[in-house]
Amino acid sequence: MESAPVSHSIDRDLLDKKKGVEEMAKTSSRFSTRLLIERSAASIIIGLVFFWLAVNIVKSPSQFFQASVIGIGNGVLYALIALGYTLVYGIIELINFAHGDLFMLGGVFAATFISVWFGQDTPSSTGYGVFFLCLIAVMGFCATINVAIERFAYRKLRKAPKLAPLITAVGVSFIIQFIGIRWNGSGPKTWDSVLPAGEFVISGVHIPYTTIISFVVTIPLLILMTFIVTKTRRGKAMRATAQDADAARLMGIDVNKTIAFTFALGGALAGAAGLLFQQTRGVTNYNLGYQLGLIAFTSAVLGGIGNLSGAVLGAILIGLIQGLNDGLPIGLGQQWSQTVVFTILILLMVFRPTGLLGKPMVEKV
Amino acid sequence: MKIPSIKFKKAGKSKKQIDKVFDQSKWIRGFTIVTVAIWVFYAFIVDLLPYVIASFFQKWLPASTVNESLVWVICALGLNIVVGYAGLLDLGFVAFWAIGGYCAGWFMSDFFYQVNIHFGSMAPAEQPGIHLSFWAVLFIGALVCAAFGVIIGAPTLRLKSDYLALVTLGFGEIIPQVFYNGENIGGFNLSNGSKGISPVDNIGLFGKKLGPFDLDWKYLIFVCLAALMVFISLRIRSGRLGRAWLAIREDELAASMMGVPLMRSKLAAYAVGAFSGGIGGVAFATHVNGVFADRFSFSISIILLAMVVLGGMGNVWGVIVGALSIAWVNTTGLPAFGETVNSALGTNINFPSYNFLLFGGILIFMMLYKREGLLPESRLKQIMHEADDSTSNIGGH
Repeated sequence: MESAPVSHSIDRDLLDKKKGVEEMAKTSSRFSTRLLIERSAASIIIGLVFFWLAVNIVKSPSQFFQASVIGIGNGVLYALIALGYTLVYGIIELINFAHGDLFMLGGVFAATFISVWFGQDTPSSTGYGVFFLCLIAVMGFCATINVAIERFAYRKLRKAPKLAPLITAVGVSFIIQFIGIRWNGSGPKTWDSVLPAGEFVISGVHIPYTTIISFVVTIPLLILMTFIVTKTRRGKAMRATAQDADAARLMGIDVNKTIAFTFALGGALAGAAGLLFQQTRGVTNYNLGYQLGLIAFTSAVLGGIGNLSGAVLGAILIGLIQGLNDGLPIGLGQQWSQTVVFTILILLMVFRPTGLLGKPMVEKV
Repeated sequence: MKIPSIKFKKAGKSKKQIDKVFDQSKWIRGFTIVTVAIWVFYAFIVDLLPYVIASFFQKWLPASTVNESLVWVICALGLNIVVGYAGLLDLGFVAFWAIGGYCAGWFMSDFFYQVNIHFGSMAPAEQPGIHLSFWAVLFIGALVCAAFGVIIGAPTLRLKSDYLALVTLGFGEIIPQVFYNGENIGGFNLSNGSKGISPVDNIGLFGKKLGPFDLDWKYLIFVCLAALMVFISLRIRSGRLGRAWLAIREDELAASMMGVPLMRSKLAAYAVGAFSGGIGGVAFATHVNGVFADRFSFSISIILLAMVVLGGMGNVWGVIVGALSIAWVNTTGLPAFGETVNSALGTNINFPSYNFLLFGGILIFMMLYKREGLLPESRLKQIMHEADDSTSNIGGH
């Protein structure tokens, strides 16, 4: 009598186990079909992109390389902005919507500094001097503003539900745009550059001097920033805070100061980008920050958000894609430029939210 | 299996005062009284008033502003379902507004002049184009938007909240841009590009044509649409789906552990939100008598968000108050106030340009000091201030 229920329960256990295994097999097969679909869709998209590039190279190689040069020139600017997004996201997991607008404000400041306060609008040795003076000034200016934003808008919300700081960031972005309208007017303004306007030609490809100058300014800044983040004490504190803010605080790191420093770093880079954009394109507008900010954010996501070299890689790639789309004979053309970038953003989010160089995300409970 | 559902129902009934006062259908009486009073005032009384008072209303609260505010209310109620109920930050709501608007443009105008389809419309039968009845277009627009809501929502479901915001923002940028550049998509004129589609047909109501200036009747129609959205919001909120949304908003992981189907609930939130966006879009197209691609900008999404945040996320009445006040400030209040100040002080300040400051300021200050909004929903208030009580705060504010 006694053995019967026991054996019954064992049978049941076995049955349950069997069922469980079957279910697991089912779910895993479902996952693998999903993976298969994703993989194949991704490879089809990448294949189409390469096909498009190949057709264009064959059709007109000089135009292809010309578009690439323009694209990479833009990409360098995006890299400076994207780093600010990635730094801030890495440390407090906030998408700082206001970052692009900070870049815009940097551009307006640079224009005012060079053209209004110092009255420089032609390439000359004084002009170059003012340019470098302005580089330092605009970096300090944007760093200060970014630290102030962090202090007054974001610090209080660090432990609040995620929605709160995000909405605040959107609000800050609107306020900076308002400052932009007050300062720069509600339409675009054009400025004369102190940088030389010429270009040199390598086998049919025109390379403007301004692109070279963008590189000359950007690369040392990137090296400096990498040095700060990887080699200095402050950088170590930053990385520790990014990993675990509470643990970092227990280890004696001043978390507030470290986060403020991160914002300062990001702001300084955005300021430099603003100056470079204003001088190379010669235009400022209050809504530029919003557009370029989104492109830069896409770059940061493409590279893997939180990853510094990823942001630079992503920015160059996005710049390249945009340049090619705008400049190639067979392309969608400039009017679809933004759409292309946002489509990349959405595809990335769907297929690979971790980006190219990002680590896979683990959901924290 | 029935026990938990009974428990839920009990918990739902013992909510705080706000929910109680407006419990279920009690609100309909007050809503109707206010609606009819405003309608009687604008349809009959305003014309009888002495000139000074009539011109005061003409300046500070014209009937067209009332109607436009109602369109904002409809859309804000939709966004409230996505953001306030389900806790999914949607920064691209303008996409649904645009799609709804273009549904009106396609099905209620001469735009597709190649064909000649008439169905219940007031337009003369020989007029080319697709002319459907306003009510049919309303339905079509809402359904198309709901479908797009699912399409937009589906890829974002696996994402964390901030990534989700970005993807919706991306869609909110792409869709208006498609319309803006849609003059020639592979030789096909989708949207008439930057010129827009204008005019759209008049609304037919009991055999009466409502032209652009029949604001009183349009007001009644818009109020009914808003009431429909209120009804939908409240009914769903107290049902199974609404409870699932609130659970997801409060703790996604715990909700999924309790058996809430995350995918289906989130998609439903997007679909219902988009549904009202579509209704708002069609209504707005008839209000301005056309659809124009350059109107659908990012700032519309943000203004809608500000409405939801100001009024109180998750509380229908708060959202309505927020939407009415912000829409009024945006369309009439700020320009009229600027005009008054400028003429009184002899200054020349462009007050409408301050709206960036205003909306940015509203978002920041509400988030910093009154995160739950002006008319908070009791549950949301608790969540929003949960962190303030916790002892382990990084910043030490």
